[in-house]
Amino acid sequence: MDLTANDTKVTVNTAIELGLTSDEFDQIEKILGRTPNFTELSIYSVMWSEHCSYKNSIKWLKTLPKEGPHMLAEAGEENAGLVDIGDGQACAFKIESHNHPSALEPYQGAATGVGGINRDIFTMGARPIAQLNSLRFGDISLDRTKWLLKGVVKGIGNYGNSFGIPVVGGEVFFDKCYNTNPLVNAMSAGIMEADKMISATSYGEGNPVYIVGSSTGKDGIHGAAFASKDISEDSMDDLPAVQVGDPFQEKLLLEASLELAETDCIIGMQDMGAAGITCSTSEMSGKEGFGMTIDLDKVPTRQDGMLPFEILLSESQERMLVVVKKGREAEVEKIFDKWDLNCVQIGEVTKGGILEYYMHGEKVAEVPAESLILGGGAPVYEREYREPEYYRRNLEFKIENVQEPTEYKKIAKYLWNHPNIASKKWVIEQYDSMVGTVNMSTNKPTDAGIVNLKGYNKALAFTVDCNARYVQADPEKGCAIAVSEAARNVVCSGGEPSAITNCLNFGNPYNPEVYWQFVGAIKGMKLACEKFQTPVTGGNVSFYNQSVQNDKDVPVFPTPTIGMMGIVKDKKNITSLAFQNEGDSIYLIGASQNDISSSEYLYSYLGIEESPAPYFNIEEEYQLQKSIKTIIKEKLINSAHDCADGGLFITLLESAMANNLGFEINSDSNFRKDAFLFGEAQSRVVVSLSGDKEAKLQDTLNDLKIPFTKLGKVTSAELRVDGESYGSIKEAKQEFESALESYLN
Amino acid sequence: MKFGVITFPGSNCDQDMIYVLRDLLGNEVVELWHKDHDLHGAEFIVLPGGFSYGDYLRSGAIANYSPIMKEVIEHANNGGYVMGICNGFQILCESKLLPGTLLHNDHQKFLCRNAFIKADNNESIINRSVSTKEVLNIPIAHAEGRFFAPEEMLKEIEANHQVIYRYCNESGEVTKESNPNGSMNNIAGVCNKNRNVFGMMPHPERAADIELGNVDGLKIFESILQTVEA
Repeated sequence: MDLTANDTKVTVNTAIELGLTSDEFDQIEKILGRTPNFTELSIYSVMWSEHCSYKNSIKWLKTLPKEGPHMLAEAGEENAGLVDIGDGQACAFKIESHNHPSALEPYQGAATGVGGINRDIFTMGARPIAQLNSLRFGDISLDRTKWLLKGVVKGIGNYGNSFGIPVVGGEVFFDKCYNTNPLVNAMSAGIMEADKMISATSYGEGNPVYIVGSSTGKDGIHGAAFASKDISEDSMDDLPAVQVGDPFQEKLLLEASLELAETDCIIGMQDMGAAGITCSTSEMSGKEGFGMTIDLDKVPTRQDGMLPFEILLSESQERMLVVVKKGREAEVEKIFDKWDLNCVQIGEVTKGGILEYYMHGEKVAEVPAESLILGGGAPVYEREYREPEYYRRNLEFKIENVQEPTEYKKIAKYLWNHPNIASKKWVIEQYDSMVGTVNMSTNKPTDAGIVNLKGYNKALAFTVDCNARYVQADPEKGCAIAVSEAARNVVCSGGEPSAITNCLNFGNPYNPEVYWQFVGAIKGMKLACEKFQTPVTGGNVSFYNQSVQNDKDVPVFPTPTIGMMGIVKDKKNITSLAFQNEGDSIYLIGASQNDISSSEYLYSYLGIEESPAPYFNIEEEYQLQKSIKTIIKEKLINSAHDCADGGLFITLLESAMANNLGFEINSDSNFRKDAFLFGEAQSRVVVSLSGDKEAKLQDTLNDLKIPFTKLGKVTSAELRVDGESYGSIKEAKQEFESALESYLN
Repeated sequence: MKFGVITFPGSNCDQDMIYVLRDLLGNEVVELWHKDHDLHGAEFIVLPGGFSYGDYLRSGAIANYSPIMKEVIEHANNGGYVMGICNGFQILCESKLLPGTLLHNDHQKFLCRNAFIKADNNESIINRSVSTKEVLNIPIAHAEGRFFAPEEMLKEIEANHQVIYRYCNESGEVTKESNPNGSMNNIAGVCNKNRNVFGMMPHPERAADIELGNVDGLKIFESILQTVEA
């Protein structure tokens, strides 16, 4: 049969239009032994796009640690990594970006991001129990930023709230580098019985292949390819590449999938995200060397007259591909019938590893599954990289050249009103954070979100962290800080870090300076993950986050978002960030530094944008976290809060506000006061404790050789530094909580 | 007392409610499916929160046509107890078992946070043992929770003491600022004239587990259980 009959004439130019290179086109011809038809070329174009193939990143991703004592499934093996959490249970968690769709259509872009990441979790048979998100937007004074922020938050809220999984953590950060290209990273975590995992695999000649869930429409066609190019002024032409979400269908699909997981009727299941039927059929088949024949006529569609490539590439949401054991079809169909969902056999597993797609009785495409996938025939590239000019300039920064200020109160007020530091209440309250009745941080705020495991004396801790300004300043150190901060958040809350997932948001990988940032970030991540024994369970790479402005590529800050999971082995160790009692002593654990590098104070208040990453030493960080675990276990402290954005002053303020208390502290004359109060040197934690435990705390920290400073005490209502009032907690809290909303009106 | 908790497609607080009633409070609970045609002997029916049928038309509008709602309405008309929380409240208003309706919040946003409420009176089992002076901290999570009733109906609701809970501030004052969604008269929940059907937007089941650090909602469940079992 002539597969190129009745088709657009395919040339190398067609390939280039679809985002492939001429070399890749040659490679495809070699694999097939002939020129591909348009449908086949479309299949390769999405499967070999950066989004599906990781062709420009996999070389470096492979250097990250994947193994850990608690790993059940490693990165890349399944839809999401799987961590053993004891008692026969496992936790699956993953973070993913939906940046490009959100830049065009913030509501649907963000909503479908939430949908996609949750499907990755429940397709493995895990019930999602917690969601987090990490968002980056441009200058908040721009109307575009306000539109994007409102749309993204509403999208995440409406989808997630209806789906019914609590949001237990997140971050929102603003910088002009994200003006055109926001970052929307969504994370989901689920738990399951470890031996009930459903694999994303297919084998066994003659086993029926089903499509379940929503009907297939024309939305999201070439979405994966769209996600693999720069956002530009022409991007609005790609609007049809944005998918549309239906959280109600997703909820039904969740319940049906988990009922399916309870049976032993299936061989494997994979959700349809990027590249739809193409990706799920090829990834499931390619692994085991089997093939499939698929009859596209049988796929339930939303509209008539869809072409073969449209059905194959559609990224319509809320769909799964299921390979059923032959003879067990009726049991599977009954489950989906109960939930009123489509469940249609569209083909069967074949020997030999060839995917054959038919329509109207004719074969429309024939490709070897293995040739399409990562780890198989998909290309792998080494990209060149080069240290940019700006990095040198950053290192030339000297604090001595910055005059010491006198207006400390003004700086403090500026910071607590700054959108990067002020409360994200306006955002968070639009998410259901309490559904599922597992969020232990609602009434006891903690650095990481704590998720109850009902019926056990253990809980899980989740956090997402990345100060992209630090990564921009120094990719290696900045990314090591991101992992360390995540671990610090877990430890301060009373948990042990277990594993991470990453969402690597960068500019164009063909830009050597961007690729230098990527390589540096991976090196820093590797260093920190090995130190904290937190393997990478998986994640996602999003390149091309930049925009063409005045004919110049402006990449976003390199933003390797770290999503970390930790285990709280004893719920009695859960430690709040909030000061508990008036009169308690306040200590800073970890060393102060004469450092203001890359702080919000230096960058935003003083307007000095070029400086190195803040002070950071991984060994000191490791020892600090060890000491925090010890003093929590020994029940010495009443609160612990990681010193992060905005520095010590903001940390104290956040600890004080939660229970409407105040503080009275003295600065240390060995350090510049601006560095002491507003510097963002790493590896520091603010704790509070009752007076009768101070001696024990000091002994313990001395034994561990951890530096500490007694700062002062918790008071009833005022913020005092060196005897000077910085205002009342009531005023500060009112401004802190309403600042973000006031920018948006 | 045998409880029946209904799962509509899109319900997402059904398991939370079952956990409180069965695991924390030790009651017998039957799980009811929206396609069921009988209540399996349940005496107290609960319609949980969520987004039944996606709530794409209007909250609760489609759920009202579920097969099980015929049974629920009959049960209520025979004097049986029915309670709706959040989306359940919206469904009970759609089915006219409760007066009034729930409109989009005045600020047009979904809002999830703790909210203070207090019992308006002690005339129904759902507030009988909750002092009208006591302020309860109960989570809310809704986009359509603004209670509305035509003037005459509202007068009647108030005159009959059908308001079961009102939003208030931490000191128990019913103020405009303490109203999270623009509900008329700060109404957080109402009952029918016969006081056997109740609906409220706040989620007492989210404030019933000591491990979550807030058990104010238990007072509402205990009021129900004490009165019914007495």
